[in-house]
Amino acid sequence: MDLTSIEAVERPEGDAAIAARMGCFGDGDAWLAGGTWLFSEPQPQLRRLIDLAAAGWPPISADAEGLSIAATCTIAELDRFEAPGTWQASHLIGKCCRAFLASFKIWNVATVGGNLCMSLPAGPMISLTTALDGLCEILGPSGSSRKVPALDFVHGPLENALEPGEILRGVYIPAASLMRPAAFRRISLSPMGRTGALVIGTRAPDGGFDLTVTGATRRPVRVAFSYAPGLTALRAMIDVAIPPDLWHDDIHGRPEWRRHMVMQFAAEIVAELSEGAA
Amino acid sequence: MTFTVNGRKFEADPRPGQCLRNFLRDLGCFGVKKGCDAGDCGACTVHVDGAPVHSCLMPAARVHGRAITTVEGLADPDGALHPMQQSFLDNQGFQCGFCTAGMLMTATALDQSHRAALDWAMKGNLCRCTGYGSIRSAIEGKNPVSAANGQGACGRNAPAPAGPDIVTGRARYTMDTAVDGLLHMKILQSPHASARILAIDTREALAFPGVVAVLTHADAPARHFSTARHENPLEDVDDTLVLDPIIRFAGQRVAAVVAETEAAADAARSLIAVDYELKPAIFDPEEAMAPGAPVIHDKPAVSRIANAGRNIVAELHSEVGDVEAGLAEADVVHEGGFETQRVQHAHLETHGCIGWIDDDSRLVIRTSSQTPFLTRDALAALYDRPRESVRVFCERIGGGFGGKQEMLTEDIVALAVLRTGRPVKLELSRAEQFTLTTTRHPMRVSMKVGAKRDGTLTAISMRMLSNTGAYGNHGPGVLFHGAGEAVALYRCPNKKIDGYAVYTNVIPAGAFRGYGLSQTNFAIESAMDEVARSLGMDPFAFRRKNVVVPGDAMIAVDHGPHDVEFGSYGLDQCLDMVERSLADCARYPDLSEDWLVGRGMAAGMIDTIPPGGHHAESRIALVEGGGYELAFGTAEFGNGTTTVHAQIAAEILGSDPGRIRILQSDTDITSHDTGAYGSSGTVVAGAATQAAAEALAGEIRTAAAHRLGAAPEECVIGPDAVTAPNGRILLSDLTAGGGRLEAIGQTHGSPRSVAFNVQGFEVAVHRRYGVIRILRSIHAADAGAVINPRQCRGQIEGGVAQALGAALWEQVLIDGAGRVANGTFRGYHMPAMCDLPETEVHFADTYDSIGPMGAKSMSESPYNPVAAALANAIRDATGLRLRTTPFLADAIFEELVTASSSQMSRPEETESEPAEL
Ligand SMILES: Cc1cc2nc3c(=O)[nH]c(=O)nc-3n(C[C@H](O)[C@H](O)[C@H](O)COP(=O)(O)OP(=O)(O)OC[C@H]3O[C@@H](n4cnc5c(N)ncnc54)[C@H](O)[C@@H]3O)c2cc1C
Ligand code: FES
Ligand code: FES
Repeated sequence: MDLTSIEAVERPEGDAAIAARMGCFGDGDAWLAGGTWLFSEPQPQLRRLIDLAAAGWPPISADAEGLSIAATCTIAELDRFEAPGTWQASHLIGKCCRAFLASFKIWNVATVGGNLCMSLPAGPMISLTTALDGLCEILGPSGSSRKVPALDFVHGPLENALEPGEILRGVYIPAASLMRPAAFRRISLSPMGRTGALVIGTRAPDGGFDLTVTGATRRPVRVAFSYAPGLTALRAMIDVAIPPDLWHDDIHGRPEWRRHMVMQFAAEIVAELSEGAA
Repeated sequence: MTFTVNGRKFEADPRPGQCLRNFLRDLGCFGVKKGCDAGDCGACTVHVDGAPVHSCLMPAARVHGRAITTVEGLADPDGALHPMQQSFLDNQGFQCGFCTAGMLMTATALDQSHRAALDWAMKGNLCRCTGYGSIRSAIEGKNPVSAANGQGACGRNAPAPAGPDIVTGRARYTMDTAVDGLLHMKILQSPHASARILAIDTREALAFPGVVAVLTHADAPARHFSTARHENPLEDVDDTLVLDPIIRFAGQRVAAVVAETEAAADAARSLIAVDYELKPAIFDPEEAMAPGAPVIHDKPAVSRIANAGRNIVAELHSEVGDVEAGLAEADVVHEGGFETQRVQHAHLETHGCIGWIDDDSRLVIRTSSQTPFLTRDALAALYDRPRESVRVFCERIGGGFGGKQEMLTEDIVALAVLRTGRPVKLELSRAEQFTLTTTRHPMRVSMKVGAKRDGTLTAISMRMLSNTGAYGNHGPGVLFHGAGEAVALYRCPNKKIDGYAVYTNVIPAGAFRGYGLSQTNFAIESAMDEVARSLGMDPFAFRRKNVVVPGDAMIAVDHGPHDVEFGSYGLDQCLDMVERSLADCARYPDLSEDWLVGRGMAAGMIDTIPPGGHHAESRIALVEGGGYELAFGTAEFGNGTTTVHAQIAAEILGSDPGRIRILQSDTDITSHDTGAYGSSGTVVAGAATQAAAEALAGEIRTAAAHRLGAAPEECVIGPDAVTAPNGRILLSDLTAGGGRLEAIGQTHGSPRSVAFNVQGFEVAVHRRYGVIRILRSIHAADAGAVINPRQCRGQIEGGVAQALGAALWEQVLIDGAGRVANGTFRGYHMPAMCDLPETEVHFADTYDSIGPMGAKSMSESPYNPVAAALANAIRDATGLRLRTTPFLADAIFEELVTASSSQMSRPEETESEPAEL
């Protein structure tokens, strides 16, 4: 929709110009990535949009160490990425892209960074990067840069580790995580609707399991096991990791159902990954 | 900035925060539509450098140096249609056509992998009318249904006359026009559910650059009216003001800003300072009618509110026979309550209108309405003007479903036009559509149904509690209609109905597809299923034993005389067809043991015309050159009546529908038309066209007979000429030299007939997830003689789809403060292609003795039996009786897991399967 209060759209070109703009970031300013959220709601408090499109960051690159995804990488670019055969967990990329409520047309403009910065429970790029131990790079106004694990980046719906004016530069995913066997489960109240619960499990070479819960909870939650847990232990551990008020409650699912589904999925994932190990 | 649109180079700069959609429309690309303005509906899809994007989300500033293609640029410059446009035409992949541009721009951008997963690829495009069946066929390039099957013009799949304009983006909807000097209106809505406005300070807003006027209750006429539109305005309560100092729901109009630009109107709106005195609000209808509850409308008897002191807009108490005795006589009794929720019409084109003063000093309103004539009358009454000084007309309308049988924008735009003397536009945003218009009436219905061991019904008792919200629009009508046909369907000596339509401080409910029947049908057909079950009787057999058949009186509230007759009867056929089809044993090898499978059905009856008179006038002329011109009042909003009118006239005049030029929905061209509601576009207005065409045929025969020296009875009218045994005369010769033969037909909507629908479902319910999957959907309809089978099927597919949305997902949620909590398509889940099954449609073979050319109505009624049929199938699968719509997994999983554990073969936790959901 038209954002009628916007007075200017700026377009700094390159890192230096962006760093300079960061220095004078103020009230009424917002970074513009794909704009697929910004333009989907009235934003009467905003006066200026600062477009990151001209930053010139290479969208996605892989080497033996892992995968670098720029914040400005679009969902479409990420989905097109062809992973090396040894990255067993790379099927999660396509599945997480498909976990968007948004259709492939939105993918042409929506960015990975925009999704992380929205920090919504149903953010599938959050699911992907947290489950695979991603590391977020954050740029600060003084030219500084800091790294935060994706698991710690999102604090709750619309809340994250960014200070005002800071920019998410990108996410780095280590190859070791991408090489793990991984299982994916997701549900929404309508067949391809907005995520109500999303659970990803990966199996470590030493036989441990990492379950990452998103969608169902206000922020991503990791539940780690050093062995394949039985049902009772599994449920108990999840209940410890996710206290009642951490279950997300909105129109896309009541908390009781989200919890119920996470329990179901967790059991299914442990069974699936254990089978692979046998 | 420079860019190209459809190959043409442009140099233009957008406003800073402008989105591409509005920028393109400013450049004249009206094919780019707005369904939501928020990325959810896909109606605004365009290609940017070949990639499909939602133009409402794209900052216009980003298209510098890029190439944009809109629907207007799909066809070759020489006019040859893109194959996808042709396929949409061939398959008639549209009804109102508002979604079509976006569908086409998405469909033409699909690659191999998208096509392989079409449901998924199309999930960003919403259509409210079609149920997606015809759209899927169009994209898959299915062989189109032949237009030429059958004899004559009726009974054929004649294509919609507007088709070529729709697929090329040329069709003009309400907002698709550029008006010089246009002012824009924005409404300030109340944040409070119940308040009194103590003061409004508009000075700052008025001083804002570009603001022309700020309207408040001080500017509005003092006359109370009803936003509901009916032939007889006395059916509705007069409880509404254009702007009211008393606020009765969160979202109600407080003031309107009129400015040179939308941005100025937007900005100035936030500068209006309102001082509210908060008053107690009441949201529950049962509490609202309890003694001592705050009175929402303190109004005198002339308002026609049944009991203002108890917040009761309308009530109904009736008994035929003796229900107590009937229940005492019964071997089984089912007693239970059912609840249906508030849903939105969600037509893709929001409400809106543009008004101006024409050269004759008349007030002209170009609007999106199902009732242009009644709106004209209402505006004339409201502003004390002679009827002749008001003109209301509609271009093509992007869907209605009852929501536009209401005056929701025209009244305030008229005020602004009269005040400023300038053209004014009000186009509701999708959020305003959810908070400023109407919804279906939420209803609680308690049933008591008794039957004997052999299945004979002995008593039906029903209590209805309808929540009409803050204003009474349609509250009485919906209550009375809801108490009608769903009950009259059953032959039962003892029937008792108590009903209340009650005010609460929430968004008003209004007319909605089914008009009360979808709510009572859910309760009654669910209760009938329970009674049949407890008797161990098959639900079809139970219906056959108890439904009315010709010869029976159709009784709901009294024995009194009425004008409803069995003009035809096809319910028996409908029951047989659905039963047969459901009985076909399908196998589902991909369903694991987690899925419980069941079947269910429900039936429905509807009067073919609303009661109390429904008038229409058609004028048809043979004009110079030998062509026909047909003028009628009914608006076209995707229901397809325009095609049907042309078919009826063509059939009678021995012509081809394509040769009949149509003028419609303009108070300047015919004298009166009650409107396109109550599914009356075919049976009432079509009958007027039939009468007009028959009269014209008589005139043509007489004129030809005179010229040929033959008897009129000997003359046969053909497409180009009239033939008699002794000669032939061209139609064009009959009107040579500017002559014109003309006839008028009128109908008044009485007597009325009945139409029937039977819905069947086979479902699978996941016993651990609570998820429902529809395996088969079967619908049989008795629509009389079907004038256009493809269009009628489209109405049914669309009705079932809309009803599935309401049965499974849709709900307008009201928060603790009385505000709408999910007023966006992202929060309100309207079904996409991936959500809906294909519906198998059957028609009964009947010919109605009352309707035009043997036809009956068929646009609202397919909606009605869907929720109950689905609930009955779920009951069959799981043992769980669902009593509240929608059947959301998160609401039902606990009960479901418990209920289905008794039907379960294995312990709960040993299963695992991939969740492809
Ligand atoms: C139909 C539809 C469906 C959607 N479905 C989903 C869904 O299922 N799940 C979901 O999570 N979201 C969904 N969204 C919301 C949104 O589109 C996505 O979250 C998307 O990934 C946001 O990316 P963007 O690049 O468009 O962000 P933008 O709209 O450009 O920005 C979003 C926010 O993040 C900030 N921001 C963006 N990039 C950066 C950065 N690098 N550094 C700092 N701040 C930044 C912006 O200032 C803004 O506040 C949906 C949207 C639509 C229209
Ligand atoms: S108008 Fe753009 S997606 Fe609905
Ligand atoms: S035809 Fe699709 S919305 Fe009307």
